[in-house]
Amino acid sequence: MSEFKMPALGADMDHGTLVEWLKQPGDHLTRGDIIAVVETDKGAVEVEVFEDGTLERLIAKPGERLPVGAPIAIIRDVGERAPSAPATPQAPTPPPVPPLAPRVATAAAPLRAAPQPSHTHRISPLARRRAKELGIDPDALVGSGPGGAVSVADVEAVARAAPPPAAVSAPAPSPASAPAPSAVPVMRSVIGAAMARSKREIPHYYLSHTVDLEPALRWLEAANLKRPMAERMLYGVLLLKAVALTLREFPELNGQFVNNQFKASAAIHLGVAISIRQGGLIAPAIHDVDKRNLSDLMAAFRDLVRRARAGSLRSSELSDGTITVTSLGEQGVEGIFPIIYPPQVAIVGFGAIASRPWVVGDAIEPRRVITASLSGDHRVSDGHRGGRFLAALGGLLQEPGKL
Amino acid sequence: MAQEMLYWQALNRAMDIEMEEDDSVFVLGEDVGLYGGSYRVTDGLYAKYGEWRVRDTPISEGGFTGVGVGAALVGMRPIVEIMTINFAMLALDSIVNGAAKISLMSGGQFPVGLVVRVPGGAAHQLAAQHAQRLEQMFMNVPGLRIAVPSTPQDAYWQLRQAIASDEPIVVLEHELLYFVKGMVDIVAEPPPMHRAAVRRPGKDLTIVSYSRMALLAQEAAAELAKEGIDAEVIDLRSLKPIDWDTCATSINKTHRLLVVEEDCRFAGAGAEMLASLTERCFFSFDAPPQRLAGLDIPTPYNGALEAASIPRVADIVDAARTLCKPAQKAAE
Repeated sequence: MSEFKMPALGADMDHGTLVEWLKQPGDHLTRGDIIAVVETDKGAVEVEVFEDGTLERLIAKPGERLPVGAPIAIIRDVGERAPSAPATPQAPTPPPVPPLAPRVATAAAPLRAAPQPSHTHRISPLARRRAKELGIDPDALVGSGPGGAVSVADVEAVARAAPPPAAVSAPAPSPASAPAPSAVPVMRSVIGAAMARSKREIPHYYLSHTVDLEPALRWLEAANLKRPMAERMLYGVLLLKAVALTLREFPELNGQFVNNQFKASAAIHLGVAISIRQGGLIAPAIHDVDKRNLSDLMAAFRDLVRRARAGSLRSSELSDGTITVTSLGEQGVEGIFPIIYPPQVAIVGFGAIASRPWVVGDAIEPRRVITASLSGDHRVSDGHRGGRFLAALGGLLQEPGKL
Repeated sequence: MAQEMLYWQALNRAMDIEMEEDDSVFVLGEDVGLYGGSYRVTDGLYAKYGEWRVRDTPISEGGFTGVGVGAALVGMRPIVEIMTINFAMLALDSIVNGAAKISLMSGGQFPVGLVVRVPGGAAHQLAAQHAQRLEQMFMNVPGLRIAVPSTPQDAYWQLRQAIASDEPIVVLEHELLYFVKGMVDIVAEPPPMHRAAVRRPGKDLTIVSYSRMALLAQEAAAELAKEGIDAEVIDLRSLKPIDWDTCATSINKTHRLLVVEEDCRFAGAGAEMLASLTERCFFSFDAPPQRLAGLDIPTPYNGALEAASIPRVADIVDAARTLCKPAQKAAE
């Protein structure tokens, strides 16, 4: 038998007014059920129970204003006998009859911030499998299948929306064929689901390290002078190659965390975060970055950006990245602390290149510097190794000839 | 060289050819001789082969089916016609304890090359005792094979294969199929007796059915095509064994399954299909696999109620819609 107390629905709440009971004595309660509505300064809030049991007795009456912590109902634990039953063992109380199907408060569901737990959220076996392949969290999707289940069509609709519809950059067949209005919100919900899952499941640690990029940029500028305009390289390619080569020594940052287990990857497939013009972003992977020369990498990078914006990526590119690199280069801010893209276990960020006074030897010189950051997954690695990685990355960028 | 035949004519032709080729093939049952069979299936055979090979029997299913088992034991190839499945109850001891077991229990010394031809199904207003299907009753008997032809061509092929086989085989015909027309090629090489047939290829859902319901499923698929649902229709042709591979291949393509059977739903043939195919294809399903079956009631005599007690084309269409376009269904 336990007391159900007026909950604190916000740090500054000290009183609440019971608006109505949504359960009655004798009702079976499952953890997560909405039991009552309570009025606070911020509005009416639905109150959940956090344990299974049977509602024994209501204490508070609708309209009553009570302090936080005041008992408002009594809940009988699972298996506990009702106290009102006669003490004679010959007359046992029938056990509470569980509801035939899990009850889902349809009106309340959209109000909840967290996705429904999977036992009430139906996902077809095929949809679940496909979502896994595409790296989509099926719990975050709205189902259109039988019984409101998420079907493979729901998963694939979201996957298609992730790269924007081809109509955006392809010549429009008719003026009427504007991009689907839902495309961006859908992509936003996919990003939201993936990032929420990341923040929910992955204990992140964050590191940053400012690197003198002057030697690398001078080397690149000299190399580009010898190349025709069309083949000139962007400094981003140097960063990608440097990250990939450094990763060879840090297998705990490169791979995927699947089924509660980290699998390091021998191949280094760098996911490259590419922002989409009409909003949102996508992180398709360039394969085997450590094994490619810079020209090849530049071509692959251009191709990937073009296809990402044209919406013609392959699904494997979207799901087989082993780590992601994100750069806010042109946006002008110094640093970024990115969120890991599950099931990967690390993400490397680069801020804008900035000219800063820099101590070189005994002198202060203006140098172009960049802030590299690493968000790592504490289930797999720790800040000590992450720091070594950033330091090694910075060191490699001082010797651009090795790239 | 195909020719158009009624279903009963195809069965008749199959027996005629086998009897002509092999003296050990003979027919016995109620009214199979002088009368030519309750559904005309043995029409003309009595005149051609005489009373020794087309034997009229008393109304005694247990007796004459037992004679069939005994004849098979000594090397004959009897074709026992039981007038309807409803009367096959009386012959169950011979079929279940005799035909299905003796080969195994004799270490293969006595194969039982018996064919039992028996029609079933709800015809028109024959009432509860004459409108049963009961295929699930035989499906649960190891040692039997069950063919369920839905077309004249299959009736011809499968009956010939059954007669030629050394195993006991029940050929379940359907009372409403005897006068269905179809092309029959009497020389074409038949597919294996228990191979399912994909009657209509499709990509949106798999409808698995057999016997008369397989024809209804094809009609339903044509309706569904008009609203953009592309159904693949599989006619099992055999209920024991069942060609799971053909079904699984289809499900792995369509990701949806609807099983349609005329027999009662509870513990019926469809229950086995759903269970086995779910075991095989669980991770392929994009919607819960469904059964559409006869109601769990004795078939009503009243014509309207009788029709409502077994799946109709509209019911199949509706069930397929629910599987494929639930949102649209809900909006209706």
